[in-house]
Amino acid sequence: MKRDGATTRSAAARTGPAIVVDGLTKRFGERTAFADVTFDVAYGEVFGFLGPNGAGKTTTVRTLGTLLAPTSGNATVAGLPLTEANGVEIRRRIAVMPESPGLYLRLSVAENLEFFAGLYELDDRRARIERALRAVNLLDRASDPCRALSKGLRQRVGLARALLSDPEILFLDEPTSGLDPLAARDVHDLIDGMRRQGVTIFLTTHRLAEAEALCDRVGIMNTTLRTIGRPDELREQLFAKTLQIATRDPLTDPDAVFGGLPGVEGWHDGAAAAGGAAYVLTVTDAELAAPAVARAVVGAGADLLALSPSRHSLEDVYLQLIDEDVEARTR
Amino acid sequence: MNTTINPMSWTRIRALIRKEINDYRRNRFIAVTMAVLPVVFMISPVITIFKLPADAPASRIDTVVGLSLLYLMLIPALVPAVVASYAVVGEREQGTLEPVLTTPVRPAEFLVGKALAALLPTLLISYVMYGIFLGAVGAFAHENVVHDIFEAPRILAQLLFTPLLAGWSIWVGIAISTRSGDVRVAQQLSSFASLPPLAVAALVGFDVIKPTLTVALGLGLALLVIDVLAWRVVSVLFHRERLLTGGVKA
Ligand SMILES: Nc1ncnc2c1ncn2[C@@H]1O[C@H](COP(=O)(O)OP(=O)(O)OP(=O)(O)O)[C@@H](O)[C@H]1O
Ligand SMILES: [Mg+2]
Repeated sequence: MKRDGATTRSAAARTGPAIVVDGLTKRFGERTAFADVTFDVAYGEVFGFLGPNGAGKTTTVRTLGTLLAPTSGNATVAGLPLTEANGVEIRRRIAVMPESPGLYLRLSVAENLEFFAGLYELDDRRARIERALRAVNLLDRASDPCRALSKGLRQRVGLARALLSDPEILFLDEPTSGLDPLAARDVHDLIDGMRRQGVTIFLTTHRLAEAEALCDRVGIMNTTLRTIGRPDELREQLFAKTLQIATRDPLTDPDAVFGGLPGVEGWHDGAAAAGGAAYVLTVTDAELAAPAVARAVVGAGADLLALSPSRHSLEDVYLQLIDEDVEARTR
Repeated sequence: MNTTINPMSWTRIRALIRKEINDYRRNRFIAVTMAVLPVVFMISPVITIFKLPADAPASRIDTVVGLSLLYLMLIPALVPAVVASYAVVGEREQGTLEPVLTTPVRPAEFLVGKALAALLPTLLISYVMYGIFLGAVGAFAHENVVHDIFEAPRILAQLLFTPLLAGWSIWVGIAISTRSGDVRVAQQLSSFASLPPLAVAALVGFDVIKPTLTVALGLGLALLVIDVLAWRVVSVLFHRERLLTGGVKA
């Protein structure tokens, strides 16, 4: 897709990160929504923001979107310090799709978008509205009143609205919540397309597979930022790398078989199928260890049934971290 | 307080006005209020005037004319109160405030857009109703009544007070709306709050103060000052974060 003037201009101005958050805290009276959060998001990055209900994700989006003033700390959004004076200019450069789409239900889809195109002072409104509606597959519903749209379709109007102004940074607060798998996939494709156009995307979601598939990096929040990194990095940080082995009969001397193999640090018994045997090996590098382990097991005269590296998903990482928090709180 | 004065964007204000008018055209309560209420407040004084006997004493004519014109002024007081009180709480109920406030629109533009969207149709409706009233009375009422109604100070007062009364109702309606969590309550409160300035109009209407040009202009000026003050107060209430959360602790 061809970029228009606004996006090209912003691309030229892109020096430094898209978002810098430094010790940011937001309290509502006694209640702390999030505290001392620090992270950066690079231009062109898709950043996933995960965390349980009430973790402070929406409040963070609202704060970075200039809707709420932070209680303390600093932030830079789209190259501008997050201050009240910069509010208008920041909002010109970003778009936010809130948790609930917030459409004027008595107005048609096109009227909703026209209003927002006016608020952004966009030229060429018809063409932009058409383009945004085409992107979310809603061109044929343009004149329908929003009241008559299903939840998923309303969500898509919200997305179209966020695309209207060709933002540098797009904040999406749970864009696929309540969508059927097919509609969710459409949204994923759309996010992927935006990423290819160089749009920076800040995505909050409860769908961990979504974050894993779409995001360059993720942060896991629970009032404070618990961890941040690439999904594969996080897996490695949190979980020891292992190899799972299954044999038809128990090995006579597992220590002798596994001891001294390259990349293998230790072993323990695994959960075996009836009659068989299973072992879990802690390894430094699965690629190095696996062939050696296979040779050693076969060399020991055993029948090797399966040999696989452990697979931890982002969900495992998430559950591990959040479980720790729950335990810490109940202790 | 922001010291730099930012010029308002008329593009954004125009977009707001168009959206507002599209929206409340389809809002049954507001549409019915705008259509029915003005007709009622125009027809009933016309009927009263038509029922005046030809030989009614001058003082009686004065009272009836004063009351009639006061009735007509209920239009610019009540119509915008109903519309304006919906302005913020209506958006809050639909959850539309959040997406709007993430656009570059400034609170001042939002406020002016909302106010004009209530003022413009109010002026149109009020003047049209006044025009119909003058036409009907001019054509069919007794000559001495016509003479009284077409007195220059009375006409000036009516023309002048219409936008000024509307202005008060709009600011009060919006102020109540920013603080309210319920559309109906906001509309009722605003309707009551729109009435006090009518007292000023009533002074002229009932000849407590003789309706001279100076009096009409002076009272107009007083209303204008009140309107401007009300605007300043509402501008302060129009704080982004407070708009979003309603300023009421959840
Ligand atoms: N306007 C507000 N006033 C008071 N407390 C608030 C307000 N908004 C949010 N909170 C509180 O701040 C905390 C964080 O809320 P937030 O909506 O940011 O969570 P979230 O991570 O988006 O949750 P979810 O996954 O359910 O959307 C919660 O405890 C919430 O009750
Ligand atoms: Mg949320």
